[in-house]
Amino acid sequence: MAELTGKTKEPKEPLFSKKNRKLVTEPLTDNNPVTIQVLGICSALAITVQVEQGVVMGLSVIFVLVLGNLIVSLLRKMIPSRIRIIVQLVVVASLVIVVNETLKAYMPDVSEKLSVFVGLIITNCIIMGRFEAFAMANKPWPSVMDGIGNGLGYAGLLIIVAFFRELFGSGTLYGYEIFGSAIPGEEWGLYTMGYTNNNLMILPPMALIIVGIIIWVQRSRNKALVEDH
Amino acid sequence: MAINKDGNGYTFGFAIVLVIVVGTILTLLAKGLEPLQDRNEEVKKKLDILSAMMDVEALGIDRSNAEEEFDKYLNIKDALVLDANGNITDGIKDVNGSVIEGTAFNVDIRKEIKNKNREEKNRNYPLFIAKKDGKISYIIPIVGKGLWGPIWGNICIDDDMNTIKGASFGHKGETPGLGAEINKRFFINRWIGEKISDTNGVFLKFEVVKDGSGPFKESKVDGITGGTITSKGVEEMANRCLRVYVSYFNSMKKN
Repeated sequence: MAELTGKTKEPKEPLFSKKNRKLVTEPLTDNNPVTIQVLGICSALAITVQVEQGVVMGLSVIFVLVLGNLIVSLLRKMIPSRIRIIVQLVVVASLVIVVNETLKAYMPDVSEKLSVFVGLIITNCIIMGRFEAFAMANKPWPSVMDGIGNGLGYAGLLIIVAFFRELFGSGTLYGYEIFGSAIPGEEWGLYTMGYTNNNLMILPPMALIIVGIIIWVQRSRNKALVEDH
Repeated sequence: MAINKDGNGYTFGFAIVLVIVVGTILTLLAKGLEPLQDRNEEVKKKLDILSAMMDVEALGIDRSNAEEEFDKYLNIKDALVLDANGNITDGIKDVNGSVIEGTAFNVDIRKEIKNKNREEKNRNYPLFIAKKDGKISYIIPIVGKGLWGPIWGNICIDDDMNTIKGASFGHKGETPGLGAEINKRFFINRWIGEKISDTNGVFLKFEVVKDGSGPFKESKVDGITGGTITSKGVEEMANRCLRVYVSYFNSMKKN
Protein backbone atom coordinates (compact mmCIF):
# COMPACT_ATOMS: atom_id res chain seq x y z
CA MET A 1 0.00 0.00 0.00
CA ALA A 2 3.05 2.22 0.37
CA GLU A 3 2.86 3.61 -3.15
CA LEU A 4 -0.60 4.97 -2.47
CA THR A 5 0.19 6.93 0.64
CA GLY A 6 2.16 9.70 -1.11
CA LYS A 7 0.78 13.14 -0.37
CA THR A 8 2.27 14.91 -3.41
CA LYS A 9 -0.09 16.80 -5.65
CA GLU A 10 -1.21 14.22 -8.15
CA PRO A 11 -2.82 15.13 -11.45
CA LYS A 12 -6.54 14.46 -11.46
CA GLU A 13 -7.06 10.85 -12.36
CA PRO A 14 -10.20 9.31 -13.86
CA LEU A 15 -12.63 7.63 -11.47
CA PHE A 16 -12.00 4.19 -12.87
CA SER A 17 -8.30 4.52 -13.57
CA LYS A 18 -6.19 1.40 -13.66
CA LYS A 19 -5.01 2.05 -10.12
CA ASN A 20 -8.56 2.39 -8.84
CA ARG A 21 -9.75 -0.71 -10.66
CA LYS A 22 -6.87 -2.61 -9.13
CA LEU A 23 -8.12 -1.63 -5.67
CA VAL A 24 -11.23 -3.64 -6.38
CA THR A 25 -9.74 -6.60 -8.23
CA GLU A 26 -6.64 -7.24 -6.14
CA PRO A 27 -8.41 -8.20 -2.90
CA LEU A 28 -10.38 -10.76 -4.88
CA THR A 29 -7.27 -12.76 -5.65
CA ASP A 30 -3.70 -11.85 -4.81
CA ASN A 31 -4.44 -9.57 -1.89
CA ASN A 32 -7.44 -11.38 -0.42
CA PRO A 33 -8.25 -10.04 3.05
CA VAL A 34 -8.70 -13.51 4.50
CA THR A 35 -6.16 -15.72 2.77
CA ILE A 36 -3.36 -13.20 2.27
CA GLN A 37 -3.87 -10.46 4.85
CA VAL A 38 -5.24 -13.12 7.24
CA LEU A 39 -7.91 -10.79 8.61
CA GLY A 40 -11.45 -11.70 9.59
CA ILE A 41 -10.64 -15.34 10.25
CA CYS A 42 -12.75 -15.38 13.40
CA SER A 43 -15.99 -14.58 11.62
CA ALA A 44 -15.04 -16.88 8.75
CA LEU A 45 -15.08 -19.74 11.27
CA ALA A 46 -18.30 -18.75 12.93
CA ILE A 47 -20.68 -18.22 10.07
CA THR A 48 -19.65 -20.47 7.23
CA VAL A 49 -21.85 -23.40 8.19
CA GLN A 50 -24.39 -22.40 5.56
CA VAL A 51 -24.01 -20.52 2.29
CA GLU A 52 -26.93 -18.23 3.07
CA GLN A 53 -25.21 -16.86 6.17
CA GLY A 54 -22.03 -16.32 4.20
CA VAL A 55 -23.97 -14.22 1.70
CA VAL A 56 -25.74 -12.16 4.38
CA MET A 57 -22.52 -11.54 6.29
CA GLY A 58 -20.67 -10.71 3.08
CA LEU A 59 -23.24 -8.11 2.07
CA SER A 60 -23.29 -6.55 5.55
CA VAL A 61 -19.52 -6.27 5.65
CA ILE A 62 -19.36 -4.73 2.16
CA PHE A 63 -21.92 -2.14 3.22
CA VAL A 64 -20.24 -1.20 6.49
CA LEU A 65 -16.74 -1.31 5.04
CA VAL A 66 -17.57 1.00 2.12
CA LEU A 67 -19.38 3.57 4.28
CA GLY A 68 -16.83 3.32 7.08
CA ASN A 69 -13.89 3.70 4.71
CA LEU A 70 -15.57 6.76 3.25
CA ILE A 71 -16.18 8.39 6.63
CA VAL A 72 -12.73 7.63 7.99
CA SER A 73 -11.16 8.88 4.79
CA LEU A 74 -13.11 12.15 4.96
CA LEU A 75 -12.05 12.63 8.59
CA ARG A 76 -8.49 11.41 8.09
CA LYS A 77 -6.88 14.82 8.35
CA MET A 78 -8.80 15.68 11.51
CA ILE A 79 -8.37 12.50 13.50
CA PRO A 80 -5.68 12.88 16.20
CA SER A 81 -3.23 10.05 15.64
CA ARG A 82 -3.07 9.04 19.27
CA ILE A 83 -6.72 8.12 19.50
CA ARG A 84 -7.26 7.06 15.89
CA ILE A 85 -8.06 3.43 16.72
CA ILE A 86 -10.76 4.49 19.15
CA VAL A 87 -12.17 6.91 16.60
CA GLN A 88 -12.25 4.14 13.99
CA LEU A 89 -13.99 1.87 16.45
CA VAL A 90 -16.59 4.54 17.17
CA VAL A 91 -17.21 4.91 13.43
CA VAL A 92 -17.79 1.16 12.89
CA ALA A 93 -19.87 0.72 16.01
CA SER A 94 -22.17 3.66 15.38
CA LEU A 95 -22.51 2.80 11.71
CA VAL A 96 -23.57 -0.72 12.56
CA ILE A 97 -26.01 0.50 15.20
CA VAL A 98 -27.56 3.04 12.81
CA VAL A 99 -28.06 0.32 10.21
CA ASN A 100 -29.46 -2.11 12.74
CA GLU A 101 -31.89 0.35 14.33
CA THR A 102 -33.17 1.45 10.94
CA LEU A 103 -33.66 -2.12 9.80
CA LYS A 104 -35.43 -2.98 13.04
CA ALA A 105 -37.95 -0.23 12.40
CA TYR A 106 -38.49 -0.60 8.67
CA MET A 107 -37.37 -4.12 7.75
CA PRO A 108 -37.80 -6.22 10.90
CA ASP A 109 -37.40 -9.52 9.05
CA VAL A 110 -33.99 -8.59 7.69
CA SER A 111 -33.01 -7.26 11.09
CA GLU A 112 -33.81 -10.58 12.71
CA LYS A 113 -31.66 -12.37 10.17
CA LEU A 114 -28.79 -10.00 10.83
CA SER A 115 -29.10 -9.92 14.61
CA VAL A 116 -26.13 -12.13 15.30
CA PHE A 117 -23.98 -10.54 12.63
CA VAL A 118 -24.14 -7.08 14.17
CA GLY A 119 -21.65 -8.01 16.86
CA LEU A 120 -19.55 -9.93 14.38
CA ILE A 121 -19.31 -6.95 12.03
CA ILE A 122 -18.10 -4.61 14.76
CA THR A 123 -15.39 -7.04 15.81
CA ASN A 124 -14.41 -7.94 12.26
CA CYS A 125 -10.72 -7.17 11.95
CA ILE A 126 -11.02 -6.52 8.20
CA ILE A 127 -12.94 -3.35 8.88
CA MET A 128 -10.52 -1.94 11.42
CA GLY A 129 -7.64 -3.23 9.32
CA ARG A 130 -8.74 -1.39 6.19
CA PHE A 131 -9.55 1.81 8.11
CA GLU A 132 -6.09 1.82 9.60
CA ALA A 133 -4.12 0.60 6.60
CA PHE A 134 -5.96 2.37 3.81
CA ALA A 135 -8.66 4.88 4.60
CA MET A 136 -6.49 6.84 7.05
CA ALA A 137 -4.01 7.56 4.26
CA ASN A 138 -6.08 7.82 1.11
CA LYS A 139 -8.67 10.00 -0.54
CA PRO A 140 -12.36 9.15 -0.23
CA TRP A 141 -12.90 7.66 -3.69
CA PRO A 142 -10.00 5.16 -3.61
CA SER A 143 -11.13 4.27 -0.07
CA VAL A 144 -14.58 3.43 -1.34
CA MET A 145 -13.07 1.26 -4.07
CA ASP A 146 -10.86 -0.42 -1.49
CA GLY A 147 -13.92 -1.09 0.65
CA ILE A 148 -15.78 -2.69 -2.24
CA GLY A 149 -12.78 -4.82 -3.17
CA ASN A 150 -12.00 -6.10 0.29
CA GLY A 151 -15.66 -6.64 1.09
CA LEU A 152 -16.11 -8.70 -2.06
CA GLY A 153 -12.91 -10.64 -1.41
CA TYR A 154 -14.15 -11.48 2.06
CA ALA A 155 -17.65 -12.39 0.89
CA GLY A 156 -16.22 -14.60 -1.87
CA LEU A 157 -14.08 -16.55 0.52
CA LEU A 158 -16.93 -16.99 3.00
CA ILE A 159 -19.09 -18.41 0.22
CA ILE A 160 -16.39 -20.83 -0.94
CA VAL A 161 -15.79 -22.13 2.59
CA ALA A 162 -19.53 -22.28 3.31
CA PHE A 163 -20.10 -24.19 0.06
CA PHE A 164 -17.94 -27.09 1.22
CA ARG A 165 -19.13 -26.99 4.82
CA GLU A 166 -22.81 -26.92 3.98
CA LEU A 167 -22.59 -29.50 1.19
CA PHE A 168 -20.64 -32.10 3.16
CA GLY A 169 -21.85 -31.15 6.64
CA SER A 170 -25.59 -30.90 6.01
CA GLY A 171 -26.02 -32.24 2.47
CA THR A 172 -27.70 -29.01 1.41
CA LEU A 173 -26.79 -25.85 -0.49
CA TYR A 174 -28.51 -22.57 0.34
CA GLY A 175 -31.01 -24.71 2.23
CA TYR A 176 -31.89 -26.95 -0.74
CA GLU A 177 -31.36 -30.65 -0.27
CA ILE A 178 -28.65 -31.81 -2.65
CA PHE A 179 -27.82 -35.27 -1.36
CA GLY A 180 -31.34 -36.12 -0.25
CA SER A 181 -32.85 -36.13 3.18
CA ALA A 182 -31.57 -37.83 6.33
CA ILE A 183 -34.73 -37.45 8.42
CA PRO A 184 -35.41 -40.88 9.95
CA GLY A 185 -38.24 -42.60 8.12
CA GLU A 186 -38.17 -40.17 5.21
CA GLU A 187 -34.72 -40.82 3.81
CA TRP A 188 -34.14 -40.40 0.14
CA GLY A 189 -31.21 -39.85 -2.18
CA LEU A 190 -27.71 -40.82 -1.10
CA TYR A 191 -28.79 -41.41 2.49
CA THR A 192 -30.69 -44.57 1.53
CA MET A 193 -27.35 -46.02 0.46
CA GLY A 194 -25.79 -45.47 3.85
CA TYR A 195 -24.20 -42.07 3.23
CA THR A 196 -23.99 -39.87 6.31
CA ASN A 197 -23.13 -36.22 6.76
CA ASN A 198 -19.70 -35.41 8.07
CA ASN A 199 -20.36 -33.76 11.42
CA LEU A 200 -16.80 -32.48 11.65
CA MET A 201 -17.66 -30.18 8.75
CA ILE A 202 -20.16 -28.33 10.93
CA LEU A 203 -17.67 -27.66 13.71
CA PRO A 204 -15.35 -24.63 13.59
CA PRO A 205 -12.04 -26.53 13.16
CA MET A 206 -13.11 -27.63 9.70
CA ALA A 207 -13.42 -24.00 8.60
CA LEU A 208 -9.80 -23.46 9.59
CA ILE A 209 -8.75 -26.54 7.66
CA ILE A 210 -10.63 -25.41 4.55
CA VAL A 211 -9.20 -21.89 4.77
CA GLY A 212 -5.78 -23.51 5.21
CA ILE A 213 -6.26 -25.62 2.08
CA ILE A 214 -7.35 -22.56 0.09
CA ILE A 215 -4.26 -20.65 1.27
CA TRP A 216 -2.09 -23.64 0.29
CA VAL A 217 -3.62 -23.94 -3.18
CA GLN A 218 -3.39 -20.20 -3.76
CA ARG A 219 0.25 -19.92 -2.73
CA SER A 220 1.37 -22.97 -4.66
CA ARG A 221 -0.22 -21.50 -7.81
CA ASN A 222 1.35 -18.09 -7.27
CA LYS A 223 4.84 -18.38 -5.82
CA ALA A 224 5.10 -14.60 -5.46
CA LEU A 225 2.74 -14.79 -2.51
CA VAL A 226 5.03 -17.04 -0.50
CA GLU A 227 6.96 -15.11 2.12
CA ASP A 228 10.64 -15.96 2.56
CA HIS A 229 11.70 -16.74 6.06
CA MET B 1 -3.96 29.19 11.90
CA ALA B 2 -2.08 26.14 12.86
CA ILE B 3 -3.48 23.68 15.36
CA ASN B 4 -1.18 21.23 17.07
CA LYS B 5 -2.98 18.02 16.24
CA ASP B 6 -0.86 15.98 18.58
CA GLY B 7 -1.54 18.19 21.54
CA ASN B 8 -3.64 17.03 24.44
CA GLY B 9 -6.12 19.83 23.98
CA TYR B 10 -6.91 18.91 20.38
CA THR B 11 -7.10 15.21 21.20
CA PHE B 12 -9.49 15.76 24.08
CA GLY B 13 -11.51 18.28 22.11
CA PHE B 14 -11.84 15.91 19.18
CA ALA B 15 -12.87 13.03 21.43
CA ILE B 16 -15.49 15.14 23.22
CA VAL B 17 -16.97 16.51 19.99
CA LEU B 18 -17.03 13.03 18.46
CA VAL B 19 -18.80 11.52 21.46
CA ILE B 20 -21.39 14.31 21.56
CA VAL B 21 -22.08 14.17 17.83
CA VAL B 22 -22.31 10.37 17.68
CA GLY B 23 -24.27 10.21 20.93
CA THR B 24 -26.81 12.74 19.70
CA ILE B 25 -27.28 11.02 16.36
CA LEU B 26 -27.77 7.62 17.95
CA THR B 27 -30.13 8.91 20.65
CA LEU B 28 -32.30 10.80 18.18
CA LEU B 29 -32.39 7.80 15.89
CA ALA B 30 -33.23 5.34 18.66
CA LYS B 31 -35.94 7.56 20.15
CA GLY B 32 -37.40 8.42 16.76
CA LEU B 33 -37.64 4.83 15.65
CA GLU B 34 -38.85 3.44 18.97
CA PRO B 35 -42.61 3.52 18.24
CA LEU B 36 -42.08 1.67 14.97
CA GLN B 37 -39.86 -0.90 16.65
CA ASP B 38 -42.32 -1.48 19.49
CA ARG B 39 -45.07 -1.98 16.98
CA ASN B 40 -42.96 -4.52 15.11
CA GLU B 41 -42.30 -6.37 18.31
CA GLU B 42 -45.99 -6.62 19.12
CA VAL B 43 -46.72 -8.04 15.67
CA LYS B 44 -43.83 -10.43 16.10
CA LYS B 45 -45.22 -11.65 19.41
CA LYS B 46 -48.54 -12.40 17.75
CA LEU B 47 -46.81 -14.09 14.85
CA ASP B 48 -44.81 -16.24 17.27
CA ILE B 49 -47.99 -17.34 19.04
CA LEU B 50 -49.59 -18.17 15.71
CA SER B 51 -46.60 -20.11 14.51
CA ALA B 52 -46.78 -22.32 17.59
CA MET B 53 -50.28 -23.29 16.45
CA MET B 54 -49.63 -23.86 12.79
CA ASP B 55 -47.05 -23.79 10.05
CA VAL B 56 -47.31 -20.08 9.29
CA GLU B 57 -44.83 -20.26 6.43
CA ALA B 58 -46.89 -22.83 4.58
CA LEU B 59 -50.07 -20.83 5.18
CA GLY B 60 -48.51 -17.61 3.94
CA ILE B 61 -48.88 -15.75 7.23
CA ASP B 62 -46.23 -13.15 7.86
CA ARG B 63 -45.92 -9.81 9.60
CA SER B 64 -48.27 -8.13 7.13
CA ASN B 65 -51.31 -10.22 8.04
CA ALA B 66 -50.32 -11.64 11.42
CA GLU B 67 -52.69 -9.40 13.37
CA GLU B 68 -55.79 -10.27 11.32
CA GLU B 69 -55.00 -13.97 11.56
CA PHE B 70 -54.32 -13.64 15.27
CA ASP B 71 -57.75 -12.13 15.86
CA LYS B 72 -59.35 -15.00 13.93
CA TYR B 73 -58.18 -17.60 16.41
CA LEU B 74 -57.46 -15.80 19.64
CA ASN B 75 -59.34 -13.37 21.79
CA ILE B 76 -57.08 -11.58 24.20
CA LYS B 77 -59.96 -11.51 26.70
CA ASP B 78 -59.86 -15.31 26.88
CA ALA B 79 -56.21 -15.32 27.87
CA LEU B 80 -55.55 -16.26 31.48
CA VAL B 81 -52.96 -15.21 33.97
CA LEU B 82 -51.82 -17.91 36.37
CA ASP B 83 -49.83 -17.68 39.57
CA ALA B 84 -46.85 -19.85 40.42
CA ASN B 85 -49.13 -22.65 41.67
CA GLY B 86 -51.16 -22.76 38.51
CA ASN B 87 -54.24 -21.02 39.92
CA ILE B 88 -56.08 -18.40 37.91
CA THR B 89 -55.49 -14.93 39.32
CA ASP B 90 -57.82 -11.94 39.12
CA GLY B 91 -55.35 -9.98 37.02
CA ILE B 92 -51.78 -9.05 36.48
CA LYS B 93 -49.78 -8.38 39.60
CA ASP B 94 -46.97 -5.90 39.93
CA VAL B 95 -43.77 -6.65 41.84
CA ASN B 96 -45.49 -6.09 45.18
CA GLY B 97 -48.40 -8.35 44.44
CA SER B 98 -51.08 -5.74 43.92
CA VAL B 99 -53.28 -6.14 40.89
CA ILE B 100 -52.60 -3.76 38.02
CA GLU B 101 -54.24 -3.14 34.69
CA GLY B 102 -53.32 -5.02 31.58
CA THR B 103 -53.95 -8.29 29.81
CA ALA B 104 -51.99 -11.48 29.56
CA PHE B 105 -50.58 -10.13 26.33
CA ASN B 106 -48.82 -7.32 28.20
CA VAL B 107 -46.94 -9.71 30.45
CA ASP B 108 -43.28 -9.84 29.59
CA ILE B 109 -42.46 -13.27 30.91
CA ARG B 110 -38.73 -12.59 30.75
CA LYS B 111 -39.08 -9.68 33.16
CA GLU B 112 -41.28 -11.79 35.43
CA ILE B 113 -38.52 -14.31 35.92
CA LYS B 114 -35.51 -12.01 35.80
CA ASN B 115 -36.74 -9.31 38.17
CA LYS B 116 -35.10 -10.07 41.50
CA ASN B 117 -37.57 -7.84 43.38
CA ARG B 118 -40.46 -9.99 42.28
CA GLU B 119 -41.19 -12.87 44.60
CA GLU B 120 -42.12 -16.15 43.00
CA LYS B 121 -45.69 -15.94 44.27
CA ASN B 122 -46.14 -12.63 42.50
CA ARG B 123 -45.07 -13.87 39.09
CA ASN B 124 -47.58 -13.79 36.28
CA TYR B 125 -47.78 -16.74 33.94
CA PRO B 126 -49.81 -15.96 30.83
CA LEU B 127 -51.79 -18.68 29.09
CA PHE B 128 -53.31 -17.99 25.70
CA ILE B 129 -56.35 -19.93 24.61
CA ALA B 130 -57.01 -20.32 20.91
CA LYS B 131 -59.91 -21.81 19.03
CA LYS B 132 -59.22 -23.34 15.67
CA ASP B 133 -61.70 -25.46 13.71
CA GLY B 134 -63.84 -25.79 16.85
CA LYS B 135 -60.95 -27.20 18.87
CA ILE B 136 -59.32 -25.46 21.77
CA SER B 137 -55.59 -25.29 22.13
CA TYR B 138 -53.46 -23.68 24.81
CA ILE B 139 -50.39 -21.62 24.07
CA ILE B 140 -47.70 -21.19 26.67
CA PRO B 141 -44.90 -18.67 26.25
CA ILE B 142 -41.51 -19.79 27.54
CA VAL B 143 -38.17 -18.03 27.94
CA GLY B 144 -34.64 -19.10 28.74
CA LYS B 145 -31.09 -18.62 27.68
CA GLY B 146 -28.99 -20.20 25.00
CA LEU B 147 -25.27 -20.02 24.38
CA TRP B 148 -24.92 -16.32 23.54
CA GLY B 149 -28.11 -14.73 24.71
CA PRO B 150 -31.82 -15.07 25.32
CA ILE B 151 -33.95 -17.68 23.63
CA TRP B 152 -37.73 -17.91 23.80
CA GLY B 153 -40.62 -19.84 22.42
CA ASN B 154 -44.28 -20.73 22.54
CA ILE B 155 -45.57 -24.23 23.16
CA CYS B 156 -49.02 -25.13 21.86
CA ILE B 157 -50.85 -27.80 23.88
CA ASP B 158 -53.72 -29.79 22.35
CA ASP B 159 -57.22 -29.83 23.85
CA ASP B 160 -56.31 -32.95 25.86
CA MET B 161 -54.20 -30.53 27.93
CA ASN B 162 -51.27 -32.83 27.59
CA THR B 163 -49.93 -33.36 24.08
CA ILE B 164 -47.69 -30.81 22.42
CA LYS B 165 -49.37 -29.86 19.19
CA GLY B 166 -46.89 -27.35 17.95
CA ALA B 167 -44.14 -24.99 18.99
CA SER B 168 -42.15 -22.01 17.86
CA PHE B 169 -38.73 -21.02 19.07
CA GLY B 170 -36.75 -17.84 18.68
CA HIS B 171 -33.34 -16.57 19.66
CA LYS B 172 -31.45 -13.31 19.81
CA GLY B 173 -28.07 -14.35 18.56
CA GLU B 174 -27.33 -18.05 18.59
CA THR B 175 -24.61 -19.38 16.29
CA PRO B 176 -25.89 -19.30 12.72
CA GLY B 177 -26.29 -22.75 11.24
CA LEU B 178 -25.93 -24.44 14.63
CA GLY B 179 -27.84 -23.17 17.66
CA ALA B 180 -29.79 -20.76 15.49
CA GLU B 181 -31.50 -23.74 13.87
CA ILE B 182 -33.88 -24.06 16.83
CA ASN B 183 -36.39 -21.91 14.97
CA LYS B 184 -36.44 -24.27 11.98
CA ARG B 185 -39.27 -26.66 11.21
CA PHE B 186 -37.17 -29.80 11.57
CA PHE B 187 -36.36 -29.01 15.19
CA ILE B 188 -39.90 -27.94 16.06
CA ASN B 189 -41.28 -31.18 14.60
CA ARG B 190 -39.20 -33.14 17.09
CA TRP B 191 -41.30 -31.65 19.92
CA ILE B 192 -44.69 -32.38 18.42
CA GLY B 193 -46.52 -35.30 20.00
CA GLU B 194 -44.53 -35.23 23.24
CA LYS B 195 -46.56 -35.33 26.46
CA ILE B 196 -46.11 -32.84 29.28
CA SER B 197 -47.58 -35.02 32.03
CA ASP B 198 -48.18 -38.72 32.71
CA THR B 199 -51.57 -40.31 33.43
CA ASN B 200 -51.42 -39.22 37.08
CA GLY B 201 -50.83 -35.63 36.08
CA VAL B 202 -47.20 -35.59 37.13
CA PHE B 203 -45.04 -33.28 35.05
CA LEU B 204 -42.70 -35.14 32.70
CA LYS B 205 -39.27 -33.60 32.34
CA PHE B 206 -37.96 -33.22 28.83
CA GLU B 207 -34.51 -34.31 27.91
CA VAL B 208 -32.63 -33.22 24.84
CA VAL B 209 -30.53 -36.16 23.71
CA LYS B 210 -27.62 -36.70 21.35
CA ASP B 211 -28.10 -40.39 20.56
CA GLY B 212 -30.96 -39.99 18.10
CA SER B 213 -33.47 -41.75 20.35
CA GLY B 214 -35.78 -38.73 20.32
CA PRO B 215 -38.41 -40.06 17.90
CA PHE B 216 -38.73 -43.38 19.73
CA LYS B 217 -38.69 -42.48 23.41
CA GLU B 218 -41.15 -40.41 25.33
CA SER B 219 -40.02 -37.07 26.76
CA LYS B 220 -36.82 -37.29 24.73
CA VAL B 221 -36.10 -34.85 21.96
CA ASP B 222 -33.13 -34.93 19.60
CA GLY B 223 -30.82 -31.95 19.95
CA ILE B 224 -29.03 -30.15 17.13
CA THR B 225 -25.55 -31.30 16.13
CA GLY B 226 -23.06 -28.59 17.05
CA GLY B 227 -25.74 -26.68 18.92
CA THR B 228 -25.66 -28.59 22.18
CA ILE B 229 -25.78 -25.66 24.57
CA THR B 230 -28.65 -23.99 22.72
CA SER B 231 -30.56 -27.28 22.57
CA LYS B 232 -30.00 -27.74 26.28
CA GLY B 233 -31.25 -24.19 26.78
CA VAL B 234 -34.50 -25.10 25.05
CA GLU B 235 -34.80 -28.16 27.30
CA GLU B 236 -34.18 -26.04 30.39
CA MET B 237 -36.74 -23.38 29.48
CA ALA B 238 -39.38 -25.93 28.55
CA ASN B 239 -38.92 -27.78 31.85
CA ARG B 240 -38.89 -24.66 33.98
CA CYS B 241 -41.80 -22.86 32.36
CA LEU B 242 -44.20 -25.70 31.57
CA ARG B 243 -44.28 -27.11 35.09
CA VAL B 244 -46.56 -24.35 36.41
CA TYR B 245 -49.13 -24.99 33.72
CA VAL B 246 -49.35 -28.71 34.46
CA SER B 247 -50.92 -27.96 37.84
CA TYR B 248 -53.46 -25.72 36.13
CA PHE B 249 -54.29 -28.40 33.58
CA ASN B 250 -54.66 -30.98 36.38
CA SER B 251 -57.18 -28.85 38.21
CA MET B 252 -59.06 -28.26 34.95
CA LYS B 253 -59.15 -31.98 34.17
CA LYS B 254 -60.66 -32.77 37.57
CA ASN B 255 -63.57 -30.42 37.02
